[in-house]
Amino acid sequence: MAELDTSSGGGKKGGGKVRTKKANTKVDLTAMVDLAFLLITFFMLTTSLSKPIAMDIAKPDQEDNEVRNELRASQTMTILLGEKNKVAWYMGEAKDAKPVIESFAEVRRSLLKNKEEVKNKTGRQIVVVVKPTDGATYKNFVDIMDELNIAAIKTAPAIDDVNILDNEKQFMREGGILK
Amino acid sequence: MPRAKVQRKSTSIDMTAMCDVSFLLLTFFILTATARQPDPLDIIIPSSTYKIKVPDKDIGILSIGGKGKVFYEIVGQDVKVATLDRIGKEYNISFTPEERKRFGVLGSFGVPIESLKQFIAMDAEQRTKFAEQSAGIPSDSTNNQLAQWIMQNRHAVAELHNEPLRISIKGDAEEEYPTVKKVIDILQKQKINKFSLITSAEGGK
Repeated sequence: MAELDTSSGGGKKGGGKVRTKKANTKVDLTAMVDLAFLLITFFMLTTSLSKPIAMDIAKPDQEDNEVRNELRASQTMTILLGEKNKVAWYMGEAKDAKPVIESFAEVRRSLLKNKEEVKNKTGRQIVVVVKPTDGATYKNFVDIMDELNIAAIKTAPAIDDVNILDNEKQFMREGGILK
Repeated sequence: MPRAKVQRKSTSIDMTAMCDVSFLLLTFFILTATARQPDPLDIIIPSSTYKIKVPDKDIGILSIGGKGKVFYEIVGQDVKVATLDRIGKEYNISFTPEERKRFGVLGSFGVPIESLKQFIAMDAEQRTKFAEQSAGIPSDSTNNQLAQWIMQNRHAVAELHNEPLRISIKGDAEEEYPTVKKVIDILQKQKINKFSLITSAEGGK
């Protein structure tokens, strides 16, 4: 198929032995096939892998107060997202809390530790309240939701960006992660 | 004695068939690959370890980036046109069939409704330039066009496909949380309490 008949039209037979060299007309397709397969691989991988990932978030209804329920202080961990990629977390209630200021790398260990402690003490699942403050970036928010997913915390996290208490603001300012 | 002639065999394989097949496959993959619309906003999405893929229909994508700009993308040609009709009715602007057709293939946009006609008439290059200067879709409480777009898009999807519209937020990693909160508040006003954040897959985990 990829050959052409170019054998010099066999007219001259006598008259000296002028041998025309038969040039090989076969085209080497190796490089072309290589390229084609490379492109195939590329398109195959990009069609299925480039799909972005969706992280489903549910927030409490703003108006419907009936769905709100009280949380037990013993099983609640509040995480505040502050400036400079730092978080502050505390267990229980804000007024008698001893907040810990940590970076995102450290918060996973604390999450797992608190999860275990709550489970041992009360036998209940931990409930995490995430409070992003004005200093936090969008990435911080995505990261903390991701950490909760990694720590396999089964109860739905409560996201609260409205009710940030005064003492919470107070100790965040003291920790230098809020203006 | 005549020398025994060793027949020389060519070692090159005929690649023609292989070439044919590979190009056929290549054509197939190129055609099935969905052409990605260029994003007018420079957005770097954060990564996560979640595994759920973003659906490719009945979805509205809110892009947040560039210091508080909000762009909106309606997915699906039929939905786009239906949404445009509804928006036009809402703001008393009528669109010609030509404009509706052009809007049907438009990607993410961030123009106030007043200059939408002008935006539709532009070519791709002008649009990119325009998007750089544009402040996004107005979303302040007095002139909340973004809420209108989302609302009309929801109506259009419900009417055409009988499905609820999924709202996704595609935010820049460095965007400040208050901007995101403002957009989420608009969603929550419409009782959209569930939405998804678009992230990229985290490698190596």
